[in-house]
Amino acid sequence: MSLDATVGIRFDRLAIGVDLSVASGEVVALVGPSGAGKTSVLRAIAGLLPLTTGRIVVDGTVFEDSTTGEYVPPERRTLGVVFQDALLFPHMTVLDNVASGLRFTGTSWVIARTRAREWLARIGIDELADAVPAALSGGQAQRVALTRALATRPRVLLLDEPLSALDVATRADVRRELRRHLASFDGIRLLVTHDPIDALALADRLVVLERGHVVQSGSSLEVTAEPRSRYVADFVGVNWLRGRADGGIVALAAGGTLTVPESAPGEVFVVIHPRAVALHRQRPEGSPRNVLAGTIVAADDEGTRVRVRVAVPFPLVAEVTRAAAAELEVDRGGEVWVTVKATEIATYGA
Amino acid sequence: MTTTLFVLPLVGLVWRAPLATLWQELTAPEIVSALRLSLVCSLAATVLAVVFGLPLAWIQARTTFPGQSVLRAITTLPIVLPPVVAGVALLVVFGRRGMIGQWLDAWFGIRLPFTVAGATLAETFVAMPFFVLTMEGALRSVDRRLEDAARTLGASRLKVFWFVTLPLIRPSLQAGAILAWARALGEFGATITFAGNVSGRTQTLPLAVYLALETRPESAFVLSLVLLVVSLAVLIGLRRRWLGGLA
Repeated sequence: MSLDATVGIRFDRLAIGVDLSVASGEVVALVGPSGAGKTSVLRAIAGLLPLTTGRIVVDGTVFEDSTTGEYVPPERRTLGVVFQDALLFPHMTVLDNVASGLRFTGTSWVIARTRAREWLARIGIDELADAVPAALSGGQAQRVALTRALATRPRVLLLDEPLSALDVATRADVRRELRRHLASFDGIRLLVTHDPIDALALADRLVVLERGHVVQSGSSLEVTAEPRSRYVADFVGVNWLRGRADGGIVALAAGGTLTVPESAPGEVFVVIHPRAVALHRQRPEGSPRNVLAGTIVAADDEGTRVRVRVAVPFPLVAEVTRAAAAELEVDRGGEVWVTVKATEIATYGA
Repeated sequence: MTTTLFVLPLVGLVWRAPLATLWQELTAPEIVSALRLSLVCSLAATVLAVVFGLPLAWIQARTTFPGQSVLRAITTLPIVLPPVVAGVALLVVFGRRGMIGQWLDAWFGIRLPFTVAGATLAETFVAMPFFVLTMEGALRSVDRRLEDAARTLGASRLKVFWFVTLPLIRPSLQAGAILAWARALGEFGATITFAGNVSGRTQTLPLAVYLALETRPESAFVLSLVLLVVSLAVLIGLRRRWLGGLA
């Protein structure tokens, strides 16, 4: 089973052109900055947004084809959608929300409610059956929304930012459960998110969308190892530079040079993990090949570690332990020496 | 100061109403007939306003087409139009020699002026815009994404309306219907112009009040009191909704 979509949508300020294939064995995350068109692509697949051009096929069934004018309305696409704000029907109990999909498709309320109870039990929230949506927490609402989508036994499960409305504490719990339920769902699974943690935790493959177009796609490992845009690098949380390699030296586009392990000559991207960037107040001596003078721009305490942004003069992020940050007095700002071991720098062709 | 302007007439009406003979006045044959006729016509007008007004409100809230603002202005015109002008307009169209009226008479033998149907039509004409306006606002305020969610769960457009939209706008629908009914109940100008003042056929409560004022002022006071109580009850009942809508 697979989903094959060529989505072309023209808005006033954005033209979307995306080719997307999702096989039933994988969870695909459509990621990208807000306004990149992720949700529009998902809505188009659901049939809620008409294609300007393109074609959507699931398992050989044509949902939509702009050349032939074929269009299957959302209610006959046999898909389940989990929306960002859960979008439970406020005038129905949790049980009736979960039963609604079956009711809409002609099952009697009695049978629909029986099935709904089974589903609530399966997801482990049967105690919520008689609650009204207004009384639910964000996490509970999202669990109900997932149950409601699954109860129609869809062939395709689409999740639109399913966790972004939740607070941090709930989020981790719901993410873990969602991962389990996604694993046991045997249809097409497509997730839209702007959150790196969600994408990396839930998806096997990432498709990165920027300004309506796919800029990179691949397994989570491939994408995180070799970001191909500023957005992806920030998404992954690494330093990402561009330059020209020649004999183990990269002349950076932002100015300065870096000594790197062997690299093919030509235009390259350079990735340095923030943890590989060390800071010193005194000019270090010894082995590191890359010693750069810089200034501390800002320091963000992230719990166990501190991310220090340095200008050398191009921006570079160092991640140091709290103890190291205290010793360096990073909050004071000022001049620092930055060292990066050549072996910690990855380069790949641009 | 300003409040006095509104309160005094109410107090005056209660003051002058012959409370002792209230029941007697209310059960006089022509009063009972006017009461019954008012009830029948206003309820029929409300039903018509709901049946025809809901699709109209839906079209105005959910679609865009050229000339929509003109259509919206025309359908809400009766709110600001002097009712007597509405009556004249209805006569021009549905009168016995009217553009449509003459054919209704010639082909089907249907005559609207001076009939119960005519009074109902006049009331519907002035009351419907209140319902349409309320519904248009309600339909606009419904979270469309809930309707999208319902569609992905397998509901056709019609089922979405029945299972999701309608329950969500039900409070407004009730408010709009009551508002339209109250307007229909109090309708005077259009009714007397278009349907006339035929006792037992088109003489509704407000018309009866007007007539009684000349001959039996006590009856007029009693009937006015009845209309006042109904209006006040409607307002108090809807007050919270109105304030909510304005906030």
